[in-house]
Amino acid sequence: MNINATLIGQAIWFALFIWITMKYVWPPLQKAMADRQAQIAEGLAAAERGKHEQELAAKRSADALREAKEKSADFVAQAEKRAQQIVEEAKGTAKIEADKVVAGAKAEIEQEVERAKQQLRERVAELAVAGAEKILRKEINASAHADMLAALKQDL
Amino acid sequence: MSAEGGTAGYIQHHLTNLAVCADSAKVDGVCTGFWTFHLDTLLVSGILGLVVFGLMAKFASKATAGIPSGGQNFVEMVVGLVDQQVRDTFHGRSALVTPLAITIFVWVFVMNAMDLIPVDFLPVALQAATGNHHLPFKFVPTTDPNLTFGMSITVFLISLFMGLKVKGFGHFMHEVFAVPFGIKLAPINFLFRVVEEIARPISLSLRLFGNMYAGEMVFILIALLGLYQLPLALPWELFHILIITLQAFVFMMLTIVYMSMAAESH
Repeated sequence: MNINATLIGQAIWFALFIWITMKYVWPPLQKAMADRQAQIAEGLAAAERGKHEQELAAKRSADALREAKEKSADFVAQAEKRAQQIVEEAKGTAKIEADKVVAGAKAEIEQEVERAKQQLRERVAELAVAGAEKILRKEINASAHADMLAALKQDL
Repeated sequence: MSAEGGTAGYIQHHLTNLAVCADSAKVDGVCTGFWTFHLDTLLVSGILGLVVFGLMAKFASKATAGIPSGGQNFVEMVVGLVDQQVRDTFHGRSALVTPLAITIFVWVFVMNAMDLIPVDFLPVALQAATGNHHLPFKFVPTTDPNLTFGMSITVFLISLFMGLKVKGFGHFMHEVFAVPFGIKLAPINFLFRVVEEIARPISLSLRLFGNMYAGEMVFILIALLGLYQLPLALPWELFHILIITLQAFVFMMLTIVYMSMAAESH
């Protein structure tokens, strides 16, 4: 172990390498690393923002969905109400119609009955006259008793 | 085991630097005196540094904030690790400390990593290439105290200048002469300060040198065992991966600590 001028040479090498590192190695690397750090931070922030926006959008969509559901429920209720109304109306109309038909039928039946009665009356009168003619052929004159027969016809 | 001269010669050969000096300074053909240069230390450390920092500069010049390439990613990982240590320890603002720490960690690591190449591999290859079978060449620059002292003294000088720059001359001088016992005991304060300051570069450089020198020595001794080196070299090699990383880290860490002590008031 002997110390000699090699020491000076080594110090010069050392200084040279420090200078190279200081000028050509460290600054560009430091810059690249700092830039990358900034980029990563930016990316993370952007991701955070995106996540936040996505959350907001999800909330918005949920709101919209709920609103739509409420609306559709409203619509359904309204439609049901309307349908009920229509049914009610139809029922009313049908009842009126049916009543009308029934009344018409009744009137017709009554007319028919009336007519039948009329016919019957006439037939009965004829029969009665015919019977009476047959019974009273001899002594009773149809024309002489026409007034009485007409009164009888009226009573029936 | 290439060199003659038995075990001692083999070890001696492996621990000799390739020294050059003026002919007038040679004693029996061996360089003595201060103006001697260890060519192997200077060349290996310089080439390794140029290659590794050139590569790092190349990756850094193409660095993008987008998806990094494999090389950029690796460099960023190393640099980021060092930068994290600096952030945790050094609280001032300085454009120098992080590059200094990166340089130390990377350079010391690659120089230490030369220790992982089997001890005879590169020297024998070099001897075969040059034809000189007695050519000494140490391939692990950190086993040369000149390198570790060169680094630690540079660190010491930088910390001194940083202290002066951050605190200003007046405050710095006040700290040297009036802390910790007050201005009345200025000589004692100054002595304490000098011992403290001198102890740092010495411990810093001797720690790295001692660890690497001892590790290299163990590799040489294992290499002397012939066939028995095989089961021994591997575990020591694996263990040494830990040591070289740790030593590079410790040198870097202590440098950061010294810088932060220089920049902050006691």
